[in-house]
Amino acid sequence: MTDDTTTAAAGFLDAPGNRQRRARTGGRVPVALVLPALIGLAFLLLPLVALLIRAPWRSLPDQLAGAAVWQALRLSLQTATLATAASLLFGVPLAWLLARTEFPGRRLVRALVTLPLVLPPVVGGVALLLALGRNGVVGRWLDTAFGITLPFTTSGVVVAETFVAMPFLVITVEGTLRAADARYEEAAATLGASRFTAFRRVTLPMIAPGVAAGAVLAWARALGEFGATITFAGSFPGRTQTMPLAVYLALQDDPAAAVALSLVLLAVSLAVLAGLRERWTGAL
Amino acid sequence: MSTSLTKDEGLDARLVLDRGTFTLDVELTVRPGEVLALLGPNGAGKTTALRALAGLAPLTGGHLRLDGETLEDPALRRRTAPEGRPVGVVFQDYLLFPHLTALENVAFGPRCHGMPRAAARELAAGLLDRMGLADHAGAKPRRLSGGQAQRVALARALATGPRLLLLDEPLAALDARARLDVRAELRRHLAAFEAVAVLVTHDPLDAMVLADRLVVVEQGRVVQEGTPAEIARRPRTDYIARLVGLNLYRGDAAGHTVRVAPGLGLTTTETLDGPAFVAFPPSSVTLHRERPDSSARNAWPAEVTGMESHGDQLRVALTGSGPAAGLPLAADLTPVAVAELLLAPGVQVWASVKAAQTHSYPA
Repeated sequence: MTDDTTTAAAGFLDAPGNRQRRARTGGRVPVALVLPALIGLAFLLLPLVALLIRAPWRSLPDQLAGAAVWQALRLSLQTATLATAASLLFGVPLAWLLARTEFPGRRLVRALVTLPLVLPPVVGGVALLLALGRNGVVGRWLDTAFGITLPFTTSGVVVAETFVAMPFLVITVEGTLRAADARYEEAAATLGASRFTAFRRVTLPMIAPGVAAGAVLAWARALGEFGATITFAGSFPGRTQTMPLAVYLALQDDPAAAVALSLVLLAVSLAVLAGLRERWTGAL
Repeated sequence: MSTSLTKDEGLDARLVLDRGTFTLDVELTVRPGEVLALLGPNGAGKTTALRALAGLAPLTGGHLRLDGETLEDPALRRRTAPEGRPVGVVFQDYLLFPHLTALENVAFGPRCHGMPRAAARELAAGLLDRMGLADHAGAKPRRLSGGQAQRVALARALATGPRLLLLDEPLAALDARARLDVRAELRRHLAAFEAVAVLVTHDPLDAMVLADRLVVVEQGRVVQEGTPAEIARRPRTDYIARLVGLNLYRGDAAGHTVRVAPGLGLTTTETLDGPAFVAFPPSSVTLHRERPDSSARNAWPAEVTGMESHGDQLRVALTGSGPAAGLPLAADLTPVAVAELLLAPGVQVWASVKAAQTHSYPA
């Protein structure tokens, strides 16, 4: 379900950019393309339909009445939003660096940035433990110098989610930056703007829709994050147990509750995506 | 007039940019109040020169001094970043910031130079008013017509009080009708501008109307330099001759004759010796089916290679044959004359031009 949300988001947000490219009208649409397309569509929609069909609608109010549900949901929304904020803070400058400057090893850095996209999240969680765990490469120093421990804390959830979500933002923003005309930055420079001023006052407003799209992708990815979170932060109700973890654990002993939780997560994701779509793509 | 100025005023530059397969090497000196046009074909390096002046393309050699201040000198490892140069640029497609209004675009430069917001907006409003755009101050660039956007771009470039104003193909993005109005208006604004103005164009009309002096650049080098009248009268390359609409031959002069091909000497009114150019307008060329009598002494056989309409005339392209083998020629004829001569590609004719219609000058 996590990956469904992310994929849907990508297509969802790409759509406006493609609007100008009109389909060729007339002519028969080849069956060889239509058939697999319909099968693919059915495959993507079927699980969602099944979720709606088998939802325990009658007992739903009781299922959702429990404080645990809202606790997990609130934690999920908070951590996903914080992870998105962290991704924006560090990811937008990183994207700018990749798109607008030349430095040795830039291609390698770019490849490394995209690594978390293909890395199994569980492996990411293990790697985070080795880096930021109590005995980790940096974690040990964080612990002794500042008394900061990240694993198995709410901050740890944010760290894990940022790790998997930030690449989505970086890749989206970098693509937008590359598509944006760098000559506007030159025009700003001839008017006396430093590179930072040009970025802040010219580039950033011009790529705002791309940044928003990247932020939505990152947020959706963070909201659904499971593997890295459970590995790095564990599953403590109220502290590190986000919605996906709650869904998975509920599935073990109360499948109806798991379905109810899934519905909530689905509704929240769709509501946010739909809301942002209206708001941001209208400007394009 | 130049004697009253010290040599520290205005622009003094030798722009050298080595780009592997292409090298730009042009020298420019421009007095304050003077408008210089860099004229040349596409790919000649005009825009590169403009970018170098703005600091957007680093020099690999030469120097760039403005009003006595060295802005760039690779030998001294000195280079002022674009944002530190007293330069204003009007870009070819204007590059108005699409998310800002016309007023905010114009106020952008002063704001970057530390002017308080209210003062910057007031300055911008004043400039837009001078450009006749007071009613469009609140409009976003996409709501402006081409001519209006051009004026906003000019106002934006002038807002920082530059000592060097650069214009890259200022009229290229406009349609023919807007061009006429904007050209006249731009000429007025440039005439009022007191510092150095350099504009780049491939259009000879723009260059001649807007500039006091032309520098013609071909393949990264200056090939000719002078006032519009000088250049129009005495072109020195085929490119310029084509631009100003003249036939141009290079040859060796001896007295009243300039030998332009092994078997062809053209008689001219001027007396010259040594390498020389002969120029004459296509309208002075007469074509004949038979060899003309001796009254026109400058006559040679040629083959028609093409025809196209040129105003209410037809411009006939020809290539010399026999003693004038390979000599290109353009002749303007009335459609009636073309019909009477039964001209078509491949037809052999005789071309003649009167000595009094030619102009020769040392090469």
